[in-house]
Amino acid sequence: MSNEESKAPVSAASKLFDLRVLIGGLFTLYGVVLTILGLLASKAALAKAAGININLWMGLGMLLLGVFFLLWWRLRPLHREPPPSD
Amino acid sequence: MNVLAASNVLADANTLRLNINALDYGILGVYFVLVITIGFLARRAIATSEDFFLSGRALPAWVTGIAFISANLGAIEILGMAANGAQYGMSTVHWYWIGAVPAMVFLGLVMMPFYYGSGVRSVPEYLRRRFNRPTHLFNAVTFALASVLIAGVNLYALGFVLEATLGWPLWAAIIVSAFFVLAYITLGGLSGAIYNEVLQFFIIIAGLIPIVIVGLHSVGGWSGLQNAVAKTDLGAKAFETWQGTGIPWTNTLGDWVGIVFGLGFVQSFGYWTTNFAEVQRALSAKDMNAAQRTPLIGAFPKIFIPFLTIIPGLLALAIIPKLGKSDALPYNDAIPLMMNHFLPNGVLGVAMAGLLAAFMAGMAANVSSFNTVFTYDIWQQYVRRDRPDGYYLRVGRIVTVVGVLIGIGTAFIASGYSNIMIYIQMLFSFFNAPLFATFIIAMFWKRVSPMSGIAGLAAGTAGAAIMHFWGYYLPYFYPGGVIDPAHATVNAQMVNFYGALMAFLLDALVTVIVTLRGEPKPIEELAGLVWGIPDPSAPDLSKLPKPQWWQSPKLLGFGALGLTVAVSIIFL
Repeated sequence: MSNEESKAPVSAASKLFDLRVLIGGLFTLYGVVLTILGLLASKAALAKAAGININLWMGLGMLLLGVFFLLWWRLRPLHREPPPSD
Repeated sequence: MNVLAASNVLADANTLRLNINALDYGILGVYFVLVITIGFLARRAIATSEDFFLSGRALPAWVTGIAFISANLGAIEILGMAANGAQYGMSTVHWYWIGAVPAMVFLGLVMMPFYYGSGVRSVPEYLRRRFNRPTHLFNAVTFALASVLIAGVNLYALGFVLEATLGWPLWAAIIVSAFFVLAYITLGGLSGAIYNEVLQFFIIIAGLIPIVIVGLHSVGGWSGLQNAVAKTDLGAKAFETWQGTGIPWTNTLGDWVGIVFGLGFVQSFGYWTTNFAEVQRALSAKDMNAAQRTPLIGAFPKIFIPFLTIIPGLLALAIIPKLGKSDALPYNDAIPLMMNHFLPNGVLGVAMAGLLAAFMAGMAANVSSFNTVFTYDIWQQYVRRDRPDGYYLRVGRIVTVVGVLIGIGTAFIASGYSNIMIYIQMLFSFFNAPLFATFIIAMFWKRVSPMSGIAGLAAGTAGAAIMHFWGYYLPYFYPGGVIDPAHATVNAQMVNFYGALMAFLLDALVTVIVTLRGEPKPIEELAGLVWGIPDPSAPDLSKLPKPQWWQSPKLLGFGALGLTVAVSIIFL
């Protein structure tokens, strides 16, 4: 006998990717770019920012955040629980 | 059209046009590519309508917690709070400390067990099960309407800022921005929205921090800022948060009754505990503990964000004393002006990304909650019932497109007020204030009758509207108690707060009266919805794995409250 009932669709939510690698990657990239900019800062840029090499400091800070996320992603990978079988 | 007039005026001022170079555009470009990528990647995890609308109820607490606060960090927040900082001074913290944290803690500790435990898929759905269909329809329609209007406001503000800072024509800025949000929500559903909100949170913070650091350094620190602001029209009042709130009042936000009960209790609880754009982020969490921790985790950044928004506002006032005195220099320009003043290329690109991220976060929260309420609460209940799940998934995607189109349309309504916040607060006070009264009575009083839901909500909404117009004729709301014939000096925020109070009282009164004349719902129908009537099919809490000590909702909740009291005392 053919089964004519359509099966209730099963959630695919467990397939959702791990966001931490993207946040980590973006902030590492931004951190590197800003740090380089900071190291090459012109006098005009420093004068605008009240004498603070803001690109350098923000760059280092963002780099720190990016590395934190990448480490977290690596050291504590997501546990994929299999969907409950009925 | 006011929009064009305003944009012409801004083009003359020209101090808003940012010195953006190719590097900044590169930084922006990378960010937008990532935003769309998240949408595409999230699409793979969507198979059911619950995946699309509620992320399959599978997200960890840190994600939902950050998304919870990020959803609130929209155009309103960044530009509006900085504008408030310039206009009202440090009193603006009231919107963060008394006006948010207590409500967030209450949501997590007290109300979440009813929302998450009952299995409702939206806030209106709770009303449908607790009251009746008229109550449900009233709330679903007003929420849907408010969502697209506020999405439109976010979109307009975004387009406006893009035009002023980058020189894009307003219509192009609106269309392009709307397209990005539309793309990643239609593709990725709530997961796309939430993941982007988490990313946006960090970018927003990274964008605002440099302004505060450089700005404070340039005026000579906190005391330097105080001295500079004291010389402006706002004067020393700018640093009083609770002083002058007695009766008669001199504080920029009025008396303590309005601040504590109007803002802190009614408006704040009305927004944080019943606004589905926020509650939805908690409903997408993977279990009850994560759902409870969602608003609690979000409360901590909320305590500190005022320093990133109010300080730029005060800096703008100190540096540009004419701010807010003419249409050419509205308070809303505070943040873009400070970006231009202080930030070199590099961090400027990040700040621009942060600004755009803030707009997208707010708009995405509105659109993703709108499509859920429209599909599940309006379409599925009243238009096309009992279709297979895949049908509603498709409807959800179509409704997202339609919602964004309506938002684009309403983007041109939000003009004519020099401070967007007042407009939004007014809208909130009409729709939200009565909601909390109805919910809190519904969750704790078994007797409440189905009809009292709609009756209370209608009465409360009317009460807010009445007070809004009547307040202009009451001397108490004017400084010194003297009405000026042009009604220009009225303390508009104070009228707002009292309007919320009126809404709550009227709603509660009518709810009780109608209940006493009607019949309660049978007890079996109330399982899991009301205090004292547990849901027999709910999982036994003692059998679930015990949370870690740092996952305790009570610890997080009372910790947040304690911190709030501490900072409130410091900045008295």
